[in-house]
Amino acid sequence: MNKKIYDLIILGCGPAGITAAIYSARKKIEFIVISKDVGGQTVYSSSVENYTGYQVITGAELALKFKEHLDMFDIDLRMPEIVKNVKKEGNIFVVTTDKDVYYSKSVIVSTGRIPRSLGLKEEEKFKGRGLTYCATCDAPLFKDKDVLVVGGGNSALDAVIQLTKYANNIYIVDIAEKLKADPIMIEKAFNYPKLKYFPNSKIIEILGEKFVEGIILENINDQSKTELKVQGIFVEIGSIPSSDFVENVANNKDGEIIVDCACRTSIEGLFAAGDVTNVFAKQVIIACGEGAKAAIAAFEYLIKSKD
Amino acid sequence: MGLINEGIKAKLKSIFSQLKDEITLKVFTQEIECPTCKDNTNFMQEISELSYKIKIDILNFVLNKDEAEKLKIDKIPATAVLGDKDYGIRFFGIPAGYEFNSFINAIKMVSLKDSGLREDIKQKVKTINKPVNIKVFVTLTCPYCPMAVEVAHKFAFENDNIISEMIDASEFPHLANRYGVYAVPKVVINEKISFEGAVPEDLFLNYILEAIK
Repeated sequence: MNKKIYDLIILGCGPAGITAAIYSARKKIEFIVISKDVGGQTVYSSSVENYTGYQVITGAELALKFKEHLDMFDIDLRMPEIVKNVKKEGNIFVVTTDKDVYYSKSVIVSTGRIPRSLGLKEEEKFKGRGLTYCATCDAPLFKDKDVLVVGGGNSALDAVIQLTKYANNIYIVDIAEKLKADPIMIEKAFNYPKLKYFPNSKIIEILGEKFVEGIILENINDQSKTELKVQGIFVEIGSIPSSDFVENVANNKDGEIIVDCACRTSIEGLFAAGDVTNVFAKQVIIACGEGAKAAIAAFEYLIKSKD
Repeated sequence: MGLINEGIKAKLKSIFSQLKDEITLKVFTQEIECPTCKDNTNFMQEISELSYKIKIDILNFVLNKDEAEKLKIDKIPATAVLGDKDYGIRFFGIPAGYEFNSFINAIKMVSLKDSGLREDIKQKVKTINKPVNIKVFVTLTCPYCPMAVEVAHKFAFENDNIISEMIDASEFPHLANRYGVYAVPKVVINEKISFEGAVPEDLFLNYILEAIK
C-alpha cells in the first residue's frame, strides 16, 4: 500500500460534514472531504426559520454561508465524487469512491439522506414526466397546472407553499390521519384557497400516456377510491439514510447508523453525524452540532491511537 | 438601487480581478414584447461595470437582425459570452438565482481560456466535427442545474461546432412545453437526444456522440 494514509476522511458535505470539516481544519487534522455536492438537503428548503441567528434565510443561502465559512480554510474537497464502499482493514479504513480509493485512520460518515420513493411500478416511467422529488427545482414548471403533493411533514407543506406561487389547484395527500408538519407551516399552506387535503390516503396508481395526467387515490380506512386529474406529482414522503455503503456498522431498523453521545459507531474509529444517524430530530442546527461532536471525538480518537 | 447588492459586487470584483483576456457580453434586447429584457440588460450592465475587462454590447433583437442570426440568437432576453472569438456560450433568460454561478464561471472560463475539463474528455470533445446544439433547460431555483449548464458550456468552449444554450424554462414556457420539460435540468441535444439530471462529463459527452451518430 503506497498510497497516503489520511488522519481523517469526512464523507458528505451537508451541515454535519461542513461543521466537522471546520472543526477538523481548526485542529489541523490531515483530512479530506468527499461529497457529491455541497449543502446536502439544506439547499432544497425554501426557507429556514429556526436556525439560531437567522430569523429567516433560504436553505440555499444558509448552505452558501456554510460553504463560505468552510472556504476560509484550505480544504481538500473531492467533489463530485460518490462513495461506494467503506470498510476497516486492520486499523485502516479503506474508502472506495467512483473515482479512487483512499486510506484513513478514521472516518466521519455524514452523508445524510435521500428521498424515499412511492414504491409504485410505474414510478420510473413518470420520473421527469410530471413526477418529481425536487419541489424547489421543478415548481416553476407547473404554472397554472393542477398538482398533487404526497406527504404530511414539513417538506410536504414546504412544497405546497412553494407551489402556491405557480400552480392552480393543489392537492395534498397524506397517509396519516393528521399532518405532522409544524402548525405554522400548515397555517401558511392552508391560506391558499385552492388547496384540498386528503388524509388517510395513498396513491395506488399514476395515470397517463407519456406524462402524468392523473392519479387514483385510495382511502386506507374504507378503501374508497378517488380519481384526480393532475399534471404534477411532488413526492415528499421523507427520506432514507444513505448508509448502505458502510460495511459491518450497526444500523437501526430504519437503516440509520447507531451512534452514542460522542457520535461513535459500532466500529472503532468510525464516527457518524447528522441525518444519516439515529440522532433524535433531523434538523440543520442539530446536524451542525453533531458534526462538531464527531470532529472532536475523531480528534480525541486520533490522539489516543497515537500513544 | 441596482439588481446586484453591494456585498456581492465586492466579491465579484475580487473574482474578476483574476480575469486575463477581455470578454464581451453581447446582450440582445427589445423594448416591447419582452418584459424581462430590461432587467437582463441592466443586470449585464451592472456586471460589466465591475471589471474593465468585461465589455458590453447591447443590441436590438430586431434592428440588429444580422448579428442575431450570425450568433444564432432566436429568442430574447439573450446573452452571448464572447472572448477573442465566439465560443458558442449562450444564456436565454436572466442568469440569476443559481444560474448566477454558471454565468460567472462562463465569464471566467472565456477570459482565462481554460475549461477545466478532464484531459481525455477535452480531447474527445475536440474531435467532434458536426454541428451540435445543446439546450439546457433550467429554473433559477434549481441547485443541480448549473452543473449541467457548466458542462455544456465547457464543451462549447472546447469546440466551435458546439453551441450551448442555458434556457430558463419559466421565461420560455412555450419551449418548455414543446420539449416536455417537467423536471430540470433537462438537456436536449440536436433536437434528437434528451435526458434529465446533471450527469457527469463523460456521460454527457456520450449523449452528444449518440446525437451526431
